[in-house]
Amino acid sequence: MADSKPVSERPLSPHLQIYRPMLTMMMSIVHRITGAALFFGTLLMAWWLIAAASGPTAYATFQWFAGSIIGRLVLFGYTWALYHHMLGGIRHFIWDTGRGFGPGEREWLVRANLIGSIVLAVLTWIVAYAVRGGF
Amino acid sequence: MSHSKSSMRTPLGRVRGLGSARSGTEHFWMQRVTAVANVPLSLFVIGLIITTAGSNYAAVKATLGSPLVAIPLILFVVSATWHMRLGMQMIIEDYVPAEGSKVVLLLANTFFSVAVGMGCVFAILKLSFGV
Repeated sequence: MADSKPVSERPLSPHLQIYRPMLTMMMSIVHRITGAALFFGTLLMAWWLIAAASGPTAYATFQWFAGSIIGRLVLFGYTWALYHHMLGGIRHFIWDTGRGFGPGEREWLVRANLIGSIVLAVLTWIVAYAVRGGF
Repeated sequence: MSHSKSSMRTPLGRVRGLGSARSGTEHFWMQRVTAVANVPLSLFVIGLIITTAGSNYAAVKATLGSPLVAIPLILFVVSATWHMRLGMQMIIEDYVPAEGSKVVLLLANTFFSVAVGMGCVFAILKLSFGV
């Protein structure tokens, strides 16, 4: 046990450095990155809810952050990451059924994923500003 | 786990007869279940944030504490933190080969997810019951 090492002499499957970057590959990576970002982004949701439960002063601090330039940038990034990950998830649901694996289909799916996430994020913020003027 | 090179047994031979881990496809399935739930729930939360964004404290408190908002919000928190724990577990298992660091990170992942989830749920319940 003590002298045991993982067997490393076995051939490894080709990895990132072997392949020419392709959109499907990049969107797969972005799906994972947005997932990790959303993981830490839940701290913002926790801050929002706990501040609201703590009282007016704590909530004012959160509102000050959310209304600041950095706060708005972070929240916009969070909105985009959420949409990108959501649409990526829907893409995976389609793939789960065995459909959408053709060369044209999968290209179309990742393009729709990327463009859709940007459009939805921008639309959400336009609506937010139109309805309430943001935080 | 013995990977000793002196052993002539194949990896399959070593695990045969030990029984299944009894979890099989659960990770995959729960990731999909929570993913399906997350779609409508996160759209609800986005709508909620838009409508409460410019409101004053009293209005936000009243909105977050009303049952028809608090219930889907709690469902979102549970589903989202569950889903993110499964996702981060996969990332850790993919990129951290060292057994010690992996176990520490997997523990931290679970603790973080549960702490964020419980913190949010507690806050929503406090807003709901107004204590």
